[in-house]
Amino acid sequence: MFIIGERINGMFKDVAKAIKEGDKTTIQDLACKQMEEGADALDVNVGPAAEEPLRAMEWLVTTIGEVTDAPLAIDTTKFEVMESGLKLCKGKAIINSTSGDKEKLDRLLPLAKKYNASIIGLTMNKNGIPQDAQSRAEIAAQIVTSAQEQGIEMIDLYIDGVILPVNVAQDHSREVLETIRQCKLLCDPPPRTILGLSNVSQKTVDRSLVNRTYLAMAIASGLDAAILDPLDKDLMNSMITAELLMGKQIYCDDYLEAYRKK
Amino acid sequence: MEKAIEKWASKVNEVIIGATQKEGGTRSSLIKVGGATTLPFLHFEGAIPNSPTIAMEVWDMEPPDWPDILKKPFGDVLGDPVEWAKRCTNEYGADLLCLRLASTHPDTKNNSPREAQATVKKVLDAVSVPLIIIGCNQAEKDTEVIPAVSEAARGENCLVGIAVEANYKTITAACQSDGHSIIAESPIDINLAKQLNILIADMGFSPEKIIMHPATGALGYGLEYTYSIMERTRLAALQGDKMMSMPMINFVGQEVWRVKEAKTSEKEVPEWGPIASRGPLWEITTAVSYLQSGADILVMCHPKAIESVRKTIGDLMKKE
Repeated sequence: MFIIGERINGMFKDVAKAIKEGDKTTIQDLACKQMEEGADALDVNVGPAAEEPLRAMEWLVTTIGEVTDAPLAIDTTKFEVMESGLKLCKGKAIINSTSGDKEKLDRLLPLAKKYNASIIGLTMNKNGIPQDAQSRAEIAAQIVTSAQEQGIEMIDLYIDGVILPVNVAQDHSREVLETIRQCKLLCDPPPRTILGLSNVSQKTVDRSLVNRTYLAMAIASGLDAAILDPLDKDLMNSMITAELLMGKQIYCDDYLEAYRKK
Repeated sequence: MEKAIEKWASKVNEVIIGATQKEGGTRSSLIKVGGATTLPFLHFEGAIPNSPTIAMEVWDMEPPDWPDILKKPFGDVLGDPVEWAKRCTNEYGADLLCLRLASTHPDTKNNSPREAQATVKKVLDAVSVPLIIIGCNQAEKDTEVIPAVSEAARGENCLVGIAVEANYKTITAACQSDGHSIIAESPIDINLAKQLNILIADMGFSPEKIIMHPATGALGYGLEYTYSIMERTRLAALQGDKMMSMPMINFVGQEVWRVKEAKTSEKEVPEWGPIASRGPLWEITTAVSYLQSGADILVMCHPKAIESVRKTIGDLMKKE
């Protein structure tokens, strides 16, 4: 499973503080730790409070680039901030994200092509997040078609079924699992599927338990990638075990260790 | 028809056997195995930088159970490992030998580690090709013999074994301190194979110096079990499982020459046809099957079988 570490996000207080103070060590430690714990890529989000988002993004990407060549998921809704981040990526970049709206697709897909970046497509549009899997899959189909028109390979397209917190939209957790399954039927080869996992557990009491249970269920539905906290060891163990049970790894008694040696 | 080409994420480890003067040894050549980025012989799909290789068996005593048809090509040198080794390299063109210290087995001569050590030294002096050195396949006795012979061959970068669950700690430590690669064997069980690799790697031994032996079955005696495990192992390697990325070895001769189809003469079973061709053919068929499942090293016995399999490998390695 392709893991994008979520911790370098200005929503977290330590990261917001580090951005404000220009504290490289905190950011670089977070980057290295997430990679050590099994992240394949790192999400980079300056957070809503950053006063100068463009400069903050440039600083974050450069700072992380000093310690790792890992792929970075540039996580912003602002086009200029996105491009400034993409420009500075040392490794493969991932655009996080586009919606299914034509205006967004028309701007962001060419950007993905230009920077040879992967792109995450959210199954939502200006009407909001659909209630059911069918409508989500329809948006996914639109994103797939647009991506194909722009010459983007399906291996570089991640469809995110957009999970909502279980305590406010309980029905969605089942619909998103169905969306993951339907995405696999859209074309051959199919796009990859991804989840911004932690959203499912917003404001729940035992977030880690909700996260890891849902991740295991999503893996059983065919999930290929997730944005999550790799520093949550129980979560990572559940992920590895779920993949094992899906036959993605060969069992041995020390399979957790074996996965981490990869 | 369109070729379905798979893009693999990873590759099989490359392992070198032997050390020339440059690497601190005394061998005149090296053998490289592994390194493939695709399934066996799919040259159109990926790179196969190293050809599968054949190691010829040399024993440190006259094999008690070999049939005449297998003894004949070695005639008077059976029982003399130095002359036997020379015959393999000089007459039969072997570029890799597998020295089997069968005499150390408690049920044969129960020879001491010191005697085994002397044999290894003599063979290393007599021939210049790289060596595979294995004990007597009795886990307990091998823990005494292998450290001694490993030390005698220090710096020669031999492939030493056989490490099994019961003795891997001692064998690994010996290979580690004397700079050899190791054979890790598991009983036709992919899960145990992976576990043993992890246990060996946990001792600080480089996974890139492990060769896996998934246990070998002769044609008609479980070949298909090993075959499917090897296929799965190779797929796991190409998919990026670092604990399954080791090249694989098969002891083809050892298994084939104990089955009745390879040993029984036509006098006893006329309908099976002449033993002179049937015996080697059994070894050839077994070996070629393993090539297709991903074998990197075939340990073989009969010169006629070896000659034939060598030619098959040559043909399969041609790119068109």
